[in-house]
Amino acid sequence: MVIKDKSIKYGNNVDTDVIIPARYLNTSSESELAAHCFEDLDKDFQQKSINRKIIIAGENFGCGSSREHAPISIKSSGIKLIIAESFARIFFRNAINIGLPVIAHPEAAKNIKDGDDLEIDLDNGVIKDITTGKEFKTNPFPEFIQKLIKNGGYVNFVKAETSKES
Amino acid sequence: MSLKNNKPQTIAQKILACHCGKEYVEEGEIVNANVDLVLGNDITMPLAIGEFKKIGVKKVFNKNKIAIVPDHFTPNKDIKSAEQAKILRDFAAEYEIKNYFEIGCMGIEHALIPEAGLAVPGDLIIGADSHTCTYGALGALSTGMGSTDIGMAMATGKTWFMVPKTIRFNFTGSLNPWVSGKDLILFIIGKIGVDGALYRSLEFTGDTISGLSMDGRFTMANMVIEAGAKFGIFNVDSKTKEFLSKIGKRDTEYKIFGSDPDAVYEKIYDINSDEIDLLVAAPNLPSNVKKAKDLGNVTIDQVVIGSCTNGRIEDLKIANDILAGKKVNKNLRVIIIPATQKIYLEALKRGFIENFIKAGCVVSTPTCGPCLGGHMGILAQGERAISTTNRNFVGRMGHPKSEVYLSGPAVAAASALTGRISLPEE
Ligand code: SF4
Repeated sequence: MVIKDKSIKYGNNVDTDVIIPARYLNTSSESELAAHCFEDLDKDFQQKSINRKIIIAGENFGCGSSREHAPISIKSSGIKLIIAESFARIFFRNAINIGLPVIAHPEAAKNIKDGDDLEIDLDNGVIKDITTGKEFKTNPFPEFIQKLIKNGGYVNFVKAETSKES
Repeated sequence: MSLKNNKPQTIAQKILACHCGKEYVEEGEIVNANVDLVLGNDITMPLAIGEFKKIGVKKVFNKNKIAIVPDHFTPNKDIKSAEQAKILRDFAAEYEIKNYFEIGCMGIEHALIPEAGLAVPGDLIIGADSHTCTYGALGALSTGMGSTDIGMAMATGKTWFMVPKTIRFNFTGSLNPWVSGKDLILFIIGKIGVDGALYRSLEFTGDTISGLSMDGRFTMANMVIEAGAKFGIFNVDSKTKEFLSKIGKRDTEYKIFGSDPDAVYEKIYDINSDEIDLLVAAPNLPSNVKKAKDLGNVTIDQVVIGSCTNGRIEDLKIANDILAGKKVNKNLRVIIIPATQKIYLEALKRGFIENFIKAGCVVSTPTCGPCLGGHMGILAQGERAISTTNRNFVGRMGHPKSEVYLSGPAVAAASALTGRISLPEE
């Protein structure tokens, strides 16, 4: 899979409370969650994300609560990929589970600037910054996580496993 | 038998190995393990139930091993949250979930689960709430996950884990007056940062920890996630056993694991507890830790004493010791929330509740409420609170331009009397 789009860049420790504030957690509706995504961090996110669909961030992206509403609100906003220096554990797991690709790559995340044109080849592990001409190689996911991604998320994976057993 | 059995292991490795039918698991290995309890609340469970229903199984894996606690927006604050809570209630009825805690017998999940005897030493527990790590205080391995993970585990009774590295914190020496578990954990978070323990298991040892109450240990285990950790675990000792026997658990009902003496730690920190002062985490990160005495004049608008971090009886006792017979500052709202019905009743019997009310505090039924900016004490623009909760991110307790300082109950209660962040001695 190849993702080609522009970046929106944020800093370190972007927490789940600013990704989707708790005052909007009285719903599970994807469109409602998307409408308030990043509201307390960046008032212009809705506008920016119309034609920039890759998020670049610093360390510990998604720290805080386990709310899956956070990656859901990002994915439902049309974001196709997040590249961060590092991810908080639960957020990383949630994103993979719902099929939102996330790549931890300190060098790429540091170098890519806000608004850069990017091309990411997920299968071959290459992040290309078209604006600056820089290229970054990524490590493949552990085998088990690759299986989850190939199955299209955790639910499909479990479905496949449970049907094998019965 | 493989030779591997002889390799030393940490508690985390041993509990994971035991739950996937192995004698040994390697750091970094991904294992599919059986879990003893699967937990969710009124925010995360509706999504988990949705995912559960997608697999098409007719039953949950074990109706005694699922716990559902509506605690965040309950008693429901609006129509939408009432609809979410109803999804839980209906699911619990349809699938005959034994441990569904309706209003009236509920509490904040991480205070309630241990009290209800649903977490015991040696258990492997997952919950769709990041503070599920709290049960590490009992020598259980427990951690937070998202709704999809919980939905799948409700169907299969299993989930996958990557076996973590362990960092050990060895505390020696005695605690200064009023210093509590909250200060110890804030000290660690301040030292290693909000991602200092990312993906790691933390172990707490040393004579300070042996002397620490169970309530203090729950507070510490609760906040390991604020350093990014996956687990935070304590050894089972006489205090743990006393807690368990009080709630009616026999020692045949649990299994005690300990790290091998030569287990491999990524790092060991030796900390002198005598050097730890009353601490506060200033906005907007739990790692922004400062000594309370160095803060200067920080005026506040609201005090919150409660939450899964510090809403237990020992916390209320500390608040009572400071507030009884006095009046809170006129310019403040002081909100006290016992974490469970049982704690509430105990506080009532001991006279704390009457003292709080006479002092001018509001006492609420158990709820997460203001901790996550849900209800029962939301901050307006420009307002500032000191709170015994665990997070002080932007907008956590209300308006994005409001501020939260985190502390233990002693500093919070002392501040309630003065209207600015204060020490109990003042
Ligand atoms: S009290 Fe706060 S931190 Fe604890 S479970 Fe409730 S919202 Fe989460």
